Amino acid sequence: MSVAAAQLGGAQAQARALHAARPLLSHLRALESEAIHVMREVAAEFERPALLFSGGKDSIVLLRLAEKAFRPAPFPFPLMHVDTGHNFPEVIEFRDRHVRELGEHLIVASVQESIDRGRVVEEQGPRASRNQLQTVTLLDAIAEHGFDAVLGGARRDEERARAKERVFSFRDDFGQWDPKRQRPELWNLYNGRIRRGENVRVFPISNWTELDVWEYIDEEQLEVPSIYFAHERPVFRRDGMLYAWRDGAELIDGERVFSETVRYRTVGDMTCTGGVLSQARTLREVVAEIAATRVTERGETRADDRVSEAAMEDRKKAGYF
Amino acid sequence: MRALLPGVRAVTLDLLRFTTAGAVDDGKSTLIGRLLYDSKQVFDDQLEHVAIASERRGGAGALDLALLTDGLRAEREQGITIDVAYRYFATPARRFIIADCPGHQQYTRNMVTGASTADVAVVLIDARRGVLEQSKRHAFLSTLLGIPRLVVAINKMDLVDYSRERFAELVAEFERFARKLQLQTHGDGVKHGITYVPISALRGDNVVERSAQMDWYEGPVLLEFLETVDVAYDHPYERPARFPVQWVIRPAASASAAATGVASDYRGYAGQLASGALQRGDEVVVLPGGGRTRIAAIDTYDGQLEEALAPMSLTLLLEDELDVSRGELICRPDEPALVGRELEADVCWMSEHALQARGRYVLKHTTRSATAIVDQIADRVDVHTLERTEPAAELALNDIGRVRLRTSVPLAFDPYARNRRTGSFILIDEASNETVGAGLIN
Repeated sequence: MSVAAAQLGGAQAQARALHAARPLLSHLRALESEAIHVMREVAAEFERPALLFSGGKDSIVLLRLAEKAFRPAPFPFPLMHVDTGHNFPEVIEFRDRHVRELGEHLIVASVQESIDRGRVVEEQGPRASRNQLQTVTLLDAIAEHGFDAVLGGARRDEERARAKERVFSFRDDFGQWDPKRQRPELWNLYNGRIRRGENVRVFPISNWTELDVWEYIDEEQLEVPSIYFAHERPVFRRDGMLYAWRDGAELIDGERVFSETVRYRTVGDMTCTGGVLSQARTLREVVAEIAATRVTERGETRADDRVSEAAMEDRKKAGYF
Repeated sequence: MRALLPGVRAVTLDLLRFTTAGAVDDGKSTLIGRLLYDSKQVFDDQLEHVAIASERRGGAGALDLALLTDGLRAEREQGITIDVAYRYFATPARRFIIADCPGHQQYTRNMVTGASTADVAVVLIDARRGVLEQSKRHAFLSTLLGIPRLVVAINKMDLVDYSRERFAELVAEFERFARKLQLQTHGDGVKHGITYVPISALRGDNVVERSAQMDWYEGPVLLEFLETVDVAYDHPYERPARFPVQWVIRPAASASAAATGVASDYRGYAGQLASGALQRGDEVVVLPGGGRTRIAAIDTYDGQLEEALAPMSLTLLLEDELDVSRGELICRPDEPALVGRELEADVCWMSEHALQARGRYVLKHTTRSATAIVDQIADRVDVHTLERTEPAAELALNDIGRVRLRTSVPLAFDPYARNRRTGSFILIDEASNETVGAGLIN
């Protein structure tokens, strides 16, 4: 208990007189409260919402926020994961265990199934990635389950197109984001009105930074998949990034597999997510590393954003998260 | 039982939200780029992006810091800012959220959006061009939206030879205009002045680093002002408690509730405390119905609390079984909100389809939605003179006017000047579902 809180418990009037000792929410608790408010608005205003859970750090934070928003009741929405089939096995194991512990329901939308059904065609070659294909699987799953709102853990500090996106991001019946026709978003009044077939993507932690997320995970002592901490694994170097070696990966001439101590700043597909050299083995050490870093998380770890100046903007216009 | 949550501590303010506004080419994006760059908040890969893009656009070796904030393809191509962008940076003193509002297209819409949550407004003026129409409009909108503090950054001082006289001239000109503004008063009744800072965003003078060119200026540099400005006067203890019910938590029927051993009659009213503070045992009234009871418990995931402060999200358990649902407002009986179906409000119009008398809209206020009918447009503000004209037939895009409305259900509200959360609403077009108006209750 803080000094101020102790004073409040003991002598309320006295504490109120002490201007300097008046308590306020820390920035992290203010962000937490804002996010809980957004989640409850979604629960109250939509018929069939869902929450995207990948097992990554941002969606782990979303689940804790959902617990804070809705307990002691169960969540008023299912969880959904768009599984590319190329995820880190450690993350999938964590995902299933975490959902089980929470006693909630998880829907897995599978990119492999989209490929098998001929909805998408898999890229070929050593640089093949299923990242683009996810969008089709996501949109199909939204249509199949009739979801009208989908909660996600995207943050505005991640990427510059995201910096312009609303907390309630309207998508037309093609799932498209139109940056020039966004609804103005004032105070904490969110407009979630849509027609059948349209949906809204909702980002409760829009205003959080990567550092906020790690500080929150540390404060709340949340469990995260082991790949977020430094560990030794076989890797190969490509385009300046360290990719995890996995069965079936193809090497290009001159590339070789070697062992390195890395951790992951983001959890995406093994095919397009690079590890970073790190010795951070505890939450505290990760927080310290993030506080001192000179490179953004997507810049350091995501091949998909290196394609062009507007890679994310283009993907979002096509219906991506 | 804890008195307060962990993370609630004695601080003046460690999260400051500010908005920046200026006319086209006032150098607003450059200013933000400079703030981020000089406070070492730009990452190496972002800088690399900017360097490549600057070169591609023929910027002879110099970094175009504006490219740090212009996020969309069309913005980078046309060198303009299209939509409100949010930026985040931190110094050892504070965390900052910047709402970067473009000044040209859709200016009311963007400005009002950015200003609605800001603690400080930074208005930019080009030292060569002087106090333009748009700078005045931005200052007016900032004060209308109740932003507590205003700072006028007089930019491009390098292009007027860092002239002390030119700075003094512009300050005097702005002050003459500002006499007409409704500047916010402090809790102690003191009217805040406007802070003026002479800067060059391009060269970095007086943004983060003190300028060697303007030793005649003794005030704070911009970042220093933002790090130290006191906007914490509206501490929850000094404000009436307002708790709009957002969601009712009733776990009784579910299996997981049985497993966790929650009482089967648990009925929690979840929401975010919009203002003020509440304590366990407080007598409360539920508006608009008027039912009275006491707070049996203040519940959170982290345990029950003795006291809650705005802006916490929490769950109230009440002593008596009242019929309370989403959209109702819980407050103390000795400081209740107003209740009514007739409102008078300043409306900022944000749609190409004009607001018209007898128009019907969806109105969203706190957690309540209603249908609203416009009875009358009483006047329109002339942003040149800040004077109000006679009754208007309609409000066009970017207009602001005083509007009388009737709602299908009663609302529990406060005047905007006293409470930004319970005094604001948005209007939504019933057919297109677009957000078309922002309302500030009188």
